Amino acid sequence: MNVTRTPTSQTIVTTTSMTETRLMWGMPITVQIAGPTNGDGVEPASGKNPARGIQIVFDYFAYIDDKFSTYKPNSEISLINQGVLSLNEASQDMRTVFALAEAMRQETGGYFDIRHDGKVDPSGLVKGWAISNAADMLLDAGYAHFYVEAGGDFQVAGLSPQGRPWRAGIRSPFNPAEIVKILAISDRGVATSGTYARGRHIYNPVGDGSEGDDSSLDEILSITVIGPDVYEADCYATAAFAMGRSGIGFIESLEGFEGYMIDKNRQATFTSGFERYVDYAAD
Amino acid sequence: MNNRNQQPSFVRVIKKFFLSAFVVLSFVAYSMHDRSAFTNNNLAQATQARPALTQPLGQATAQQAPTQPAAPTQPPAPTETPAPSQLIFNNPAPTSTPQISAQNGQYKDGTYKGSQVDVNWGLVQVQVVIKNEKINNVQFLQYPQDRRTSQRINSFAVPELQQEAVQAQSANVNLISGATLTSEGFQMSLQDALNQAKG
Repeated sequence: MNVTRTPTSQTIVTTTSMTETRLMWGMPITVQIAGPTNGDGVEPASGKNPARGIQIVFDYFAYIDDKFSTYKPNSEISLINQGVLSLNEASQDMRTVFALAEAMRQETGGYFDIRHDGKVDPSGLVKGWAISNAADMLLDAGYAHFYVEAGGDFQVAGLSPQGRPWRAGIRSPFNPAEIVKILAISDRGVATSGTYARGRHIYNPVGDGSEGDDSSLDEILSITVIGPDVYEADCYATAAFAMGRSGIGFIESLEGFEGYMIDKNRQATFTSGFERYVDYAAD
Repeated sequence: MNNRNQQPSFVRVIKKFFLSAFVVLSFVAYSMHDRSAFTNNNLAQATQARPALTQPLGQATAQQAPTQPAAPTQPPAPTETPAPSQLIFNNPAPTSTPQISAQNGQYKDGTYKGSQVDVNWGLVQVQVVIKNEKINNVQFLQYPQDRRTSQRINSFAVPELQQEAVQAQSANVNLISGATLTSEGFQMSLQDALNQAKG
């Protein structure tokens, strides 16, 4: 077994899984690929080396960062915001993201919007979309058991190294070292939006002091959304959080999506189908 | 093959567009037929007032899409001239309702802009793309975005959902979902420790 650590990445190899975490997009991103191996780190069924799968994901994420990072002055999104590049001249991926963002904006009644302060920042949508795409790439490459996680949003496939659905915790908004709910999931996307986040990328379109303005956001600390796809779960979690307490009702209205909302009084409200994801198994 | 669903990736992209398309078609169908039976669409629920149609929707008969059964099959081009009694047409007879249906009830390829519909708090306009005689894409050209829409969603009736007190759980998990923390160092360290624990 080889364990190497560097300041920005670490690699752990076991006989049944490989996990790597790197700092990208300004956040830690972790990919774990599990599955039976023959001791060489090669999965007999597909002949796929987990290390190769992990590299596929991080290479793709580097491409995404170069294109969508608003912190890079020469990224495609920065050129668009500078007015140097028009959307018509932009790449297919950029145009796809803009189209998806517009559809989401309409579907959520404006609660999800990538336009802020006269600039366009699709980061909130790109993260989930890129995780989802990376998961698709792994599936297409023949990997069946893995997760791709970035900044607390993730997509899981198949089973964990323990041979059962992935055990996922929901972080406590009151104590980041604590977990307040445990899920057992497979082939699902999970995303959490909350106020204890780094910076606010949640924008409430009704910000004039009336019902639904920013003050209502303070009552809800986080909402976690589970769905078939992390891209949608991410967008819906973002929109739901901006809606305040009504957000959980919005998730309830979405077929195929479940939610778990935590308020400042340590009270959790969850959707009617959420229980199917809860893991009651002993450690 | 794919665990998630047995479909190639381009179909999944189409499905994502159809998510939005369903929203649009539901709204359009509601506008045309004054139904109120949509449950999985918060926009439809937000439009409680009956929209006043200033004119019928334009070219494409988009409102039929969610309710129509499988499109009637085209008659095969005859390779020889059969006797008249053997010619069979599956398409329904043309009706007198004001629909644009150029090919015996089927859609015609092209891009169609619906007319602007007044829904009391703004205008709605839809564009539909027909390809291979099927709806390929649907998008809004205009949609009202003002406070009243947001307020409707914000005052979304939250049905009696279950509640529970938040409780600390075991930390023995494979991964964690949470909002991104402010301190990268803390996050990195925590993730490091948990990854080692789970391997």
